[in-house]
Amino acid sequence: MLKIRNLASGYGKIKVLKNISMHVDAGEIVTIIGANGAGKTTLLSTIAGLVKATSGEASFKETNILKCKAATIPGLGCVMVPEGRQVFATMSVEENMLLGGHPVQKQGKAVINELLEHQYELFPILRDRKDQLAGTLSGGEQQMLAMGRALMSKPSLVMMDEPSTGLAPLIVKEIFQIIVRLRDEGNTVLLVEQNAKAALGIADRGYVLETGKIIVQGPAEDLLENKDVQRAYLGREK
Amino acid sequence: MFDVGRSSFIFLTKMTSELFVQYLLAGITYGSIYAIVAIGFNIIYNTTGIINFAQGEFVMFGGMIAITLLQFMPLPLAIILAVILTMIIGAGIEICFIRWLKAPSVLRLVIITIGISILSREVAVHVWGESIRSLPYFVGNEITSISILGARISPQVLWVVAASGLMFICLGIFFKTTSVGREMRACASNRKAATLCGINTENMVTLSFVLSAGMGALAGCMMSPITYSQYDMGTGLAIKGFTVAILGGLGSSGGAVAAGLLLGVIEAFSVSVVPLAFQDAIAIAILLIILFIRPQGLFGSKEASALKEF
Repeated sequence: MLKIRNLASGYGKIKVLKNISMHVDAGEIVTIIGANGAGKTTLLSTIAGLVKATSGEASFKETNILKCKAATIPGLGCVMVPEGRQVFATMSVEENMLLGGHPVQKQGKAVINELLEHQYELFPILRDRKDQLAGTLSGGEQQMLAMGRALMSKPSLVMMDEPSTGLAPLIVKEIFQIIVRLRDEGNTVLLVEQNAKAALGIADRGYVLETGKIIVQGPAEDLLENKDVQRAYLGREK
Repeated sequence: MFDVGRSSFIFLTKMTSELFVQYLLAGITYGSIYAIVAIGFNIIYNTTGIINFAQGEFVMFGGMIAITLLQFMPLPLAIILAVILTMIIGAGIEICFIRWLKAPSVLRLVIITIGISILSREVAVHVWGESIRSLPYFVGNEITSISILGARISPQVLWVVAASGLMFICLGIFFKTTSVGREMRACASNRKAATLCGINTENMVTLSFVLSAGMGALAGCMMSPITYSQYDMGTGLAIKGFTVAILGGLGSSGGAVAAGLLLGVIEAFSVSVVPLAFQDAIAIAILLIILFIRPQGLFGSKEASALKEF
């Protein structure tokens, strides 16, 4: 579904990503783990078109997404749930959700309403709060709103940037359960996390990113067993 | 402030009811013009988070272009064409000066719009000169008047108030119920998130300039017979409009209307108490007081303003 080859990217003169190659197949959860500053967010932002790639290729369902404007990529079915939620704070929860449905707006009101209903089922708390300003929600609720909003466009690939940041462990568990449920419903998820243990616990495959390069990759269980990964990211040594 | 209030109160008790209505209507007329300029500020603020200090120039362009076009065509057509041309100017300004900026800071954008305002004035003085012009009265002439509660007003006043009211209502419906309106508000709230939702934020910003240019231009045409049009009329209007926008709570159209009428009426009645020259000082004084004691504006919600960055 998503194929990346030799991707390099960065901000001005600062090169963050060096020769990244990876792929995501339909129906799986792929996680990218790594420490602060490894380039995880930059990788997602580059795929989402927010950061321009300097070289390399990235194709999403046979479309070269490096040439696309950021605003056209959600229309292709590839949406990003940004780090730090980034909800429309001054607008109501329902308005946030409807804005997420922008890429599928042309399919008509019935489709939008159906999607809205589906997200409210997935996140019942959002239905209770639908007339509240999004900025007044708690961190966990905002994360759910950001996810629900992204799902409103009926994406084939959801990219999530650190959904667990700043949330209580119990909420993190709930969020991760929802991610698993999304996969079980046939969605594809690219999950970027610092919380390596939790991320590898639910993922099918994983990539370990360090200073802009992928150093280890493989099935999630293998990564959990990998000595280097354990030492660096899972905080235990055998 | 309190002195002015008390003495005007004493004055009002001596004022005949006809005179009272007369002042009130004058206040409402100017107030609705201020409100429209303030709403123009709000539209651009609501999508970009910036204050467009060239807002007053849109009003000037509307009036001046209509006056020029009037030589070639009937009045309604001249006004419609002037509004459309000003909208194109608005779009042009956004595309030339704002669109290509990458992640500009609020301060930089404010300085740019002030620059655009000066530039527009210079262009206007070269095209139209310094002379004061005006559109003819839409109905009747300078001395036609109708009587309302004993006060005599020009029918043009009704045009101004009606046009302002209509613009306000249409805009409210546009922003609240249409998806384009919602997308424009989303751009204001969080531009990055709007992009991630697949909204073309650049086009939304252009659209906001087009809308507010159109509103300003229409106001400029409606008011021209009463207030006259001149190349530098924009600055004063922008200050009044900005005062009203702040007073009403930035971004709130309803607040802008209430604050606009309030400022207009205060100004109108102040003429009966203090010399005419102080009229502008009153607006500035109100602006300062509001900024000191209630920065979110009279009608702005504290909850919403806490969630905005500027």
